[in-house]
Amino acid sequence: MPAETAAVPGVGRAVALGLTREEYALVCEKLAREPNEVELAMFSLLWSEHCAYKHSKRLLRTLPTEGARVVMGPGENAGAVDVGDGWAVAFKVESHNHPSAVEPFQGAATGVGGILRDIFAIGARPIAVLDSLRFGEPTSERSRYLLDRAVAGIGHYGNSVGVPTVGGEVYFEGPYETNCLVNAMALGLARRDDMIRSAAAGVGNPVILFGASTGRDGIGGASVLASAELEDDDDSKRPSVQVGDPFTENKLIECSLELLERRLLVSLQDLGAAGLTSSASEMASAGGVGIDLDVACVPLREDDMAPFEIMVSESQERMLCVAEPGRVDEVLRVCEKWEVHGTVVGQVTATRRMRILRGDEVVGDIPVEALVDDCPLYDLAPEPPSAPIYAAPRAILEGGRSVREILLALLASPNIASRRPLFEQYDCLVGARTARRPEQADAAVLALPNGRGIGVSIDGSGRRVAIDPYRGTVEAVLECAANLACVGAEPLGLTNCLNFGNPEKPHIAWQLTESIRGLGDACRALGIPVVGGNVSLYNEGADGPIYPTPVVGLVGELPNPRAAGRLGFCREGDAIALVGAFSPRVPGSELAKLRGEALPGELPETDVAVVRGVQEAIRDAVRAGVLASAHDVAEGGVLVAVAESCLAGGIGGGRQGGIGARLAGGIGARLDLGGDAEDLLFGEGTGGFVVSGSRDALRALPDARIIGTVGGDALEAVGVSWTLASLREAHAALAPLFP
Amino acid sequence: MRFGVVQFPGSCDEVDAIAACERVGEAQLLWHGDHDLGGVDAVVVPGGFSFGDYLRVGSIARFSPVMQEVAAFARDGGPVLGICNGFQVLCEAGLLPGALLPNASLRFVCRQVGIVVVDDETAFTRACARDEELSVPVKHTTGRYYCPDPVRVVFRYTRGANPNGSQEDIAGVANEAGNVVGLMPHPEHAVDLLHGSEDGMKLFESAAEGALAR
Repeated sequence: MPAETAAVPGVGRAVALGLTREEYALVCEKLAREPNEVELAMFSLLWSEHCAYKHSKRLLRTLPTEGARVVMGPGENAGAVDVGDGWAVAFKVESHNHPSAVEPFQGAATGVGGILRDIFAIGARPIAVLDSLRFGEPTSERSRYLLDRAVAGIGHYGNSVGVPTVGGEVYFEGPYETNCLVNAMALGLARRDDMIRSAAAGVGNPVILFGASTGRDGIGGASVLASAELEDDDDSKRPSVQVGDPFTENKLIECSLELLERRLLVSLQDLGAAGLTSSASEMASAGGVGIDLDVACVPLREDDMAPFEIMVSESQERMLCVAEPGRVDEVLRVCEKWEVHGTVVGQVTATRRMRILRGDEVVGDIPVEALVDDCPLYDLAPEPPSAPIYAAPRAILEGGRSVREILLALLASPNIASRRPLFEQYDCLVGARTARRPEQADAAVLALPNGRGIGVSIDGSGRRVAIDPYRGTVEAVLECAANLACVGAEPLGLTNCLNFGNPEKPHIAWQLTESIRGLGDACRALGIPVVGGNVSLYNEGADGPIYPTPVVGLVGELPNPRAAGRLGFCREGDAIALVGAFSPRVPGSELAKLRGEALPGELPETDVAVVRGVQEAIRDAVRAGVLASAHDVAEGGVLVAVAESCLAGGIGGGRQGGIGARLAGGIGARLDLGGDAEDLLFGEGTGGFVVSGSRDALRALPDARIIGTVGGDALEAVGVSWTLASLREAHAALAPLFP
Repeated sequence: MRFGVVQFPGSCDEVDAIAACERVGEAQLLWHGDHDLGGVDAVVVPGGFSFGDYLRVGSIARFSPVMQEVAAFARDGGPVLGICNGFQVLCEAGLLPGALLPNASLRFVCRQVGIVVVDDETAFTRACARDEELSVPVKHTTGRYYCPDPVRVVFRYTRGANPNGSQEDIAGVANEAGNVVGLMPHPEHAVDLLHGSEDGMKLFESAAEGALAR
């Protein structure tokens, strides 16, 4: 028995690694002895929140996951939906919050790298990346630093690996000041027949590690960073952040896809959080087998690494696969062609145990089930907070401002201003699939090889969820579905990343419980299955928890990507309509935030069935080609949505399907909203769309009100005229952050 | 008409380049380790990255075996087009004059820009009209062209559209003979209105016309 020869680290060490005393006792019970250093390191990671979902798994089981188009659901490396003609689209979103707060460039870069590996681990070629970012206010130097470096890191990795970054979102709110959020979503395209699962099979089959060599980077990442609150001495955690190498990842993608195309593999798995420990034991668990791993065979960057370090290293750009013995030489030749290491490091056994060897010496021996399945799951103790959790934001717009000033202030607000200075740092084109790029439409659109298209969007307003976790999460799903409707896409599947604070605190538990209830209800009402997701808890700093931030990513299909909707007005004389039974309110809106108002006690209830009907009508009208533009009303309300459609008029509108970078100016709009009610102009809510087209086409839409005409060089409304130049100047407010 | 598109480890725009070439002819990949060009009629050194470009961009790719063949092909008058990273590689290899420096902003920039054809007599612009304006995207971190000597300019960014601080708004240049052309913008990403523009086709059509003329 290995435990008798090695020193036993004991319960104190277990607690330092993040296990509770009770969990340690359970580990000892499962092993019938105390774990040695290797075993304890493995348990501490696989039993961490990040790997075991011990505070969220029971809630996640309530989500709807079935659907006619679902090819792979939760539990695999990524979810996937059928897009016709034998093709499937795989997608998943994942967080890399705490690494990004410690080292934003590498944290964000490896977030992209990690989510890409989840995609090609199931045999799909990565075709797009989106990102969802949250920072403190840009008035803070630290927030500007995190934003700048995270954006640079995403660009560094995505641009170099050769996968386009086609969309995303970013919001700035005080509660993210110490704990920023960096969520990355990736999509992949696969032939359904070529997809592969992670379950290890075939006793005696060799286990092969390929990709980068293993170093000390990222040791303990899952437990130390991802499963604990951030503290002041975070510099000391810097060695836990991994370093990304997109060049190696590019080769790894081609190598993995060639191995699968040549049908050389039994199963494939990426190495993510907890490195070899989690990928090997999850492969063994899924296949109902055991695995022997010899750490002496693992190619190392530093030759004095201890077995436990090799087992928990989170060095990037590595994959683990199982192949039949007769195929090994061929597998290694493909690795050689792509200039990545390929090494046999173990084999599949019938023992249902993870045995870690160093040459002939057994340095760890754990039942797979104990490691993967026996982590205790915890029920939450949710309790709504008795007093507001979040301080009112600092006022930057005093009362009594005119409509003219309010619109300009909203357009210049960091949450609404043009994202151009960010997305121009990302290659959105590589791969020749991008049919709608950022600021052309509410969702990105990609062309598929079967002539059809997919629309994809990622969304989530933490402030609205902070007000009302249930209704705010319903809104997030509806908002994301509205984005798809505006390009003519019908949702096929949803992925999510639930970013919350410490679930052991009752009011955070309540936020999480209510939010997941809202997510499930919204998905059921819209008929959208949840095909995968990720949970990131303990997002708190010294100043308290983040806004609860469920980020949802939706993938939908459209019959013809050439007919995909656009958000910009483009034809003089078109009518403009506000569509949908839409009753926006200022409390909880961006305007209320600029005025420094505290969060209101609740959000208005949404009739999801009605909103679904409106979205379907918009989607059908876009597909039928009767709308010149479609844009959903979101942050800032109706007037901001109209202004955005004016400013986007230069993009893609001027000539048939062209790009308007050469077109000067856009088209102004004359508005008649029948009053100056602030709620109607600047209030927020779900279910409203601003569309343009012929009067007859617009009148056919549900609850359509014609509110103006496209034309001229200015936006005119409620007796005020804004030149396009003044709108554009306000909207460019983020540019100074990227000098 | 058959194009050869060079692939280095870490290349990423070679698929788009092949698709663009196939609109006017045939195309095949040339692996960086190849020692012959397989009898192709024109060579495209595509954009993206080569060997990760962790050192000065293009400085490793120029040593790939296939680049010796490309250089010999170019010396014999064969048409060679370098796009973005390919332009950088051709400059590093001495097949084009000048060098590409980091953008004035020191940031990656991906943006649709206008470029003007100032020389319509090269192997890749003979299907263009002089002063014709093309809409094509740029996407690079290292695209600020610099050359202290007189140079045969093929493309300039339209007024106000220079995305990188390039000398005299230069977007693309040729060797003296006009058979080797390099440019930072990506014509292969502008060959179908689905993606926003088809102006980039002119470069590939030019090469095809040239092949016919021979």
